[in-house]
Amino acid sequence: MWGYYFQQLTASVPFFLKGLWMTVLVSGSSLIMGTVLGFALGVLRTSRIGPFRFLLALYVDFMRGTPFLVQVFIVFFILPEWGIHLEAFSAAVLSLTAYAAAYICEIVAGGILVVPRGQKEAARASGLTRFQVLRLVVLPQAMRVILPPLVGQYVLLVKDSSVVSVIGLTDITRVGWLTVQRVPEGLMVFGLVGVLYFAVCYPLIRLSNRLEKRMSVQAFRL
Amino acid sequence: MLETFNFRVLWEYMPLFMKGLWATSWISLLGLAGALLTGTIACVARLTRVPFLWRLVVAYIEIVRSTPLLAQLYFFYFGLPSLGLRLSEHATGILALTLNSGAYMAEIIRAGVLSIQRGQIEAATALGMNFFQRLRHVVLPQAVGVTIPPLLGQTIVLVKDSALLSLISVFELTRASQMLASERFMPTEGFLTTALLYLFLYYILKTCSSQWQKRLIYRKAS
Repeated sequence: MWGYYFQQLTASVPFFLKGLWMTVLVSGSSLIMGTVLGFALGVLRTSRIGPFRFLLALYVDFMRGTPFLVQVFIVFFILPEWGIHLEAFSAAVLSLTAYAAAYICEIVAGGILVVPRGQKEAARASGLTRFQVLRLVVLPQAMRVILPPLVGQYVLLVKDSSVVSVIGLTDITRVGWLTVQRVPEGLMVFGLVGVLYFAVCYPLIRLSNRLEKRMSVQAFRL
Repeated sequence: MLETFNFRVLWEYMPLFMKGLWATSWISLLGLAGALLTGTIACVARLTRVPFLWRLVVAYIEIVRSTPLLAQLYFFYFGLPSLGLRLSEHATGILALTLNSGAYMAEIIRAGVLSIQRGQIEAATALGMNFFQRLRHVVLPQAVGVTIPPLLGQTIVLVKDSALLSLISVFELTRASQMLASERFMPTEGFLTTALLYLFLYYILKTCSSQWQKRLIYRKAS
């Protein structure tokens, strides 16, 4: 019996690879958009515009204080009631992007705050525009603090993308869930699912650790 | 947007939501207790430097960190029966939460223990303290203080992660909103109420964490 199931499972490996591709696609696109949005929000959060900061703090608290599953349900089930109809893929990317942006916003804001104020003032005094100050002075230094947790956040993003399987997107987790109905060997099926996630996430975790070591050495030299 | 918000039905379902809040709380509490135990054991096993144990624990931590909780949950839910283990949904869910959070807790506790300078332990030994005295008077008072904020942060993650248990039909807060959505077709009321109740738990934990952090800073300063 076990051998038969194993054969069944090897037969559905292409199906699993398709799921892997879907996971990479969903988390990849939300990763890019979440990073862009997160950086923009992070810069706004450290700005001195009061209402902005308050609204952003509210937004970040909401994203951090509620489970991602509930957020996915809100995007997928509530937005249609307000007249915004999204298919599973866009709903998944939208919720993942909004979720990742909140965390990245905090990471970026934390990195910007590390740069001493005097540097910004000096750069402004030497005639750089606000945008130039940000691009040439603040961000290059903040990157050292931002990069390691940012990559860590990407790992979380890939892992959290498994939750969007509940709205019917056939990512790895959903492929596993579908397969286990046919091949009732949960250990094998979800073992394979785990291996595929591991293949994506483990290199990222190693990268994050390496960055952390390298960046801290550089900071020490300063 | 919210002019159709039906408070009457919400009021009718309030006992259900309160039951869900209660279920989420005690599931998280059990998961937290289990995770602290697992984390401490894993941390001690890692710090003993017995090669076999050490490798086992590192493998456990890396595997848990590179795969999503949902895949781990399904792994146990679909996999344990084929090993002849028939646990209830509750037990399966709490087991998955425990093992998942335990890996993160192990890393946090390890960081706390490593933050104590070796010289202090050597000094305590030189003063004639035995192992337990060193642990009680030197290591623990300092390690516990530093680890409480990140442990509370991990507890927030644990509470949010417990929402995934609704997917293996454990009754808790998220399940309550799904019931409202499917019985009365009121996803807006249900999911927003659930989100608010999660935020309530989040703010309690967050306040505890920041209060403790303030105490730490105060103690360091004085």
